[in-house]
Amino acid sequence: MTEHPSELRYTIEHEWVRVEGDGNATIGVTFFAQDQLGDVVYIVLPAVGSTLQAGARMGEIESVKSVSDLFVPVSGEVLETNQDVLDHPERVNEDPHGAGWMLRVRMSDPSEVDRLLTNEQYDSAIAS
Amino acid sequence: MTTHDISAQRAHQTLWDLSAPGRSGIRLPESDVPKQPMPDASLLREDLRLPEVSELDVVRHYTRLAQKNFSVDTNFYPLGSCTMKYNPKINDMVASQPGFSGIHPLQPEETVQGALELMYRLQRDLQAITGMPAGSLAPLAGAHGELAGVLMIKAYHEANGEPDRKVMLIPDSAHGTNPASASMGGFEVVTLPSDSNGSLDLAAVEAAANDRLAGLMITIPNTLGLFNPNIARICEIVHGAGGLVYGDGANMNALLGRARPYDLGFDVVHLNLHKTTSTPHGGGGPGAGPVCVGERLAPYLPSPVVEMVEDAERARYRFATPANSIGTMSAGHGNFGVLVRSYTYLRALGADGLRQASGDAVLNANYLRRKLEHVYRVAVDRTCMHEVVFTGRPQREKGVKALDISKRMIDYGVHPPTMYFPLIVEEALMVEPTETESKETLDAFIEVMIAIAREVEESPELLHEAPHVTPVGRLDEARAARQPDLRWQAP
Repeated sequence: MTEHPSELRYTIEHEWVRVEGDGNATIGVTFFAQDQLGDVVYIVLPAVGSTLQAGARMGEIESVKSVSDLFVPVSGEVLETNQDVLDHPERVNEDPHGAGWMLRVRMSDPSEVDRLLTNEQYDSAIAS
Repeated sequence: MTTHDISAQRAHQTLWDLSAPGRSGIRLPESDVPKQPMPDASLLREDLRLPEVSELDVVRHYTRLAQKNFSVDTNFYPLGSCTMKYNPKINDMVASQPGFSGIHPLQPEETVQGALELMYRLQRDLQAITGMPAGSLAPLAGAHGELAGVLMIKAYHEANGEPDRKVMLIPDSAHGTNPASASMGGFEVVTLPSDSNGSLDLAAVEAAANDRLAGLMITIPNTLGLFNPNIARICEIVHGAGGLVYGDGANMNALLGRARPYDLGFDVVHLNLHKTTSTPHGGGGPGAGPVCVGERLAPYLPSPVVEMVEDAERARYRFATPANSIGTMSAGHGNFGVLVRSYTYLRALGADGLRQASGDAVLNANYLRRKLEHVYRVAVDRTCMHEVVFTGRPQREKGVKALDISKRMIDYGVHPPTMYFPLIVEEALMVEPTETESKETLDAFIEVMIAIAREVEESPELLHEAPHVTPVGRLDEARAARQPDLRWQAP
């Protein structure tokens, strides 16, 4: 029984991507990531309008345990950041794949999504 | 008849709670000095609110607070990476001598020759411990020493016409201060992985050795408490590519009198005097982070250094600035009180004593490792140096976190270990017993840890809610960080 939904794609750095109906991508961190981090207390996200290359550092996430870099899984322009999660970082713990989303991106190369991990691949990666 | 303990009730009170109008400690006589007009009357405050309390109220208040203090003078304090060894009282006795405690940094050098001689001798002793030909006592703490080190490396490459050497290699097990210092020094940090033995991966160093390499920052033994058997080879690779090797001396307590960083190939090493040479620290200070360097970095040492000048009659000491110094690190001449304590410690133990200290530190850590490895899994199953890192992963599978285990230790009168560090170990519990603890104390600690492991099985709720015996129980760390309330405000 996985905590990681099959409709999302994943990175080994523990981000998830959901391709929305409009073709844009929603990005957040995984259930596993928030479980490892513990209570999230602070999040830094890129500016709306900035353009990021897949794999680039897009921000940071701080928990009571540590500070970690966030990496953007797909290339594109940042359309929106989740103000609610910036104001209430606990959303990442409460609902990592839903209300805890971080940014929406207009993808410059949607085929990048196909290269990301499926939930099964991600689960086996974190189990090892 | 009912009783209640009024001291317990007062234990939570602030001086404001005790305040009563008109009460004071002492009554001052009327001033016989004529009043003078203030140059700027707006500097005077009419509404300065201070608690009104008697001297006895104040004494009891602070004595009560002091009694709540947890310190190495009261309890076992195995806080990994912090080297909470006992601080011998002779250190404080010496530092309290008026010739050391009553002097001023701006006094003429000829009036403070004793203090300068002490600094000179300490500098020389630290050079002997590290094997390095030169050193400076200027940095005020470990990370300050790191900053001095990376700035010297930067100055060295620039002076050699290689300002494009911008890459600083740092293992993934490093103290967080290493990448922070490198970044402050203007370097690009490249993180290198650890191998299956918990040591820096040799192949990763080889792959990163190129003409953009500025240097490597490495802690030895590393934060897993492990000695890297490839360290000499790693230094050769970095040097072969034109880089320099920075040694984070935070764990020098494992090497005293056994191995010298210079002989291993390091170009610069800082020492955490507050840790290794037993001066009181905790809660952030005070510290001292002298740097010792090889020939190549000696011209760049931070100022001041202390020199000895031999007159016909006697030796004299003076402050000096190395030829291409990176500059001063602070006002004054370092944390002088820490330097006096540190020198006292070194002289009290002597070379043989220091060698025994490192040996006993390693022995104590390995004793705990062998006695507890069947209960808490050892992160990397090797003979360790001065500290041992366990993983609470088996306990986490039963719903108990390393945090819960640590909080429960407080109930047993033990300071929690360092948790969740190094970052490469899940549910890390980093235990550093130090050499100053007796076998009886270590055995008592082992019993505590076994008792807690049993509680994980039988009554995990005890751990989730711990600590139970402290004036304040489990704190909401997440809320404290999300909604920080940093200042007490008058009601």
